[in-house]
Amino acid sequence: MERLKIATVWLGGCAGCHMSFLDLDEFLVDIADKIQVVYSPIADVKEYPEGVDVCLIEGAVCNEDNLELIHKIRARTKVLVSFGDCAVTANVPAMRNQFGLGNAESVLQRAYIDNAQYNPVIPKADGIVPKLLERVLPVHETVKVELYLPGCPPPADRIKALLGQVLAGQTPKLEGTQLKFG
Amino acid sequence: MAAKTLTIDGKQITAEEGETILQAATEAGIKIPTLCHLEGVYDIGACRLCLVEVTGTPKLLPACTLKVAEGMEVSTDTERLRKYRRMTLELLFAERNHVCAVCVANGHCELQTLAYSQGLDHVRYEYTFPKWSVDNTHRLFGMDHNRCILCTRCVRSCWHIEGAGTKNVSGRGGKSRIITDLNQPWGDSESCTECGKCVMSCPTGALFKKGSTVGESVRDRDKLEFIVNAREKKQWNA
Repeated sequence: MERLKIATVWLGGCAGCHMSFLDLDEFLVDIADKIQVVYSPIADVKEYPEGVDVCLIEGAVCNEDNLELIHKIRARTKVLVSFGDCAVTANVPAMRNQFGLGNAESVLQRAYIDNAQYNPVIPKADGIVPKLLERVLPVHETVKVELYLPGCPPPADRIKALLGQVLAGQTPKLEGTQLKFG
Repeated sequence: MAAKTLTIDGKQITAEEGETILQAATEAGIKIPTLCHLEGVYDIGACRLCLVEVTGTPKLLPACTLKVAEGMEVSTDTERLRKYRRMTLELLFAERNHVCAVCVANGHCELQTLAYSQGLDHVRYEYTFPKWSVDNTHRLFGMDHNRCILCTRCVRSCWHIEGAGTKNVSGRGGKSRIITDLNQPWGDSESCTECGKCVMSCPTGALFKKGSTVGESVRDRDKLEFIVNAREKKQWNA
């Protein structure tokens, strides 16, 4: 059987979901001959490849880079999984949305000018530092998402339940506390 | 009191006249999801989570305020009801800023618990991200409007268990909010007795004890039930 092509991606999030992914421990060894990790922040691959089976997306869509990448992922992937609360609800990164229009400028001002001890300057470098979007969005508000894996972070057993079902060829269905936010 | 015979989810039950469908169902071991309902205070049918279907009535009716009647046929768990319950919960999440990961009530929140028990894995509506404030002027307690679902449990327990009448509702629709006295900072309230019953009643992280951090807000509902039982049934043992 051909190995399942899996990608994981890290948008606007804290990497906690990826930590939880690594927390799968020996399960990762168990599934090593059934999957192939074709793109991930923990694998040195520069370009998101074509023909990916499943992509776990950590983080909310916060900036222009995130938005461009998510559309590329959608075009090149069969099944998208919103992986963790930031992807599912936009969570903590979206707290700046409460400040309304212009919130991107005000958070940059706060972080890089008001609270700066040394060299207060807002980082700007075209093509290097991506522009913040006006509003932070959950992944499904930008592209179609097939599966949701909530949690902050989703505990390893929850990831295992979902991946186990995917590898068994079932349509994954999480229930009860497996769907708990936070 | 006259007994009424009715069926709930196909189960034949008898209930006393004047009882609600929620009471009758609970006695018969049938669980109906609730959110604004709180043991010890009167019901208002605000949250719409306990909606049930009654044969012969096109409208969905809240079980907490619907009185039992002879021959009534009630369904509490149909496809239609599940659809509306999930929709209601999603709208509650979209209406304010419920960030479970950083909420005092994480792990002890009735909104959070209902969401996963009703199979809610994401919110299909656009989040509104409104700007709400936090009232931290009180010596002991805080009120975070971001987490409020306007169930008015706090208002009802303040008026009808404590009898202080400090908490009220102002505004209309989604812009409604819980206020203290005549819309003053909580810390300036002259009527508040600092009893904390509003905090004990709150189903989410909207009302909290100062100093609690993420996941620390565990509600002490037993105290409310104890007071109500003592007052109404003269039972003084917990």
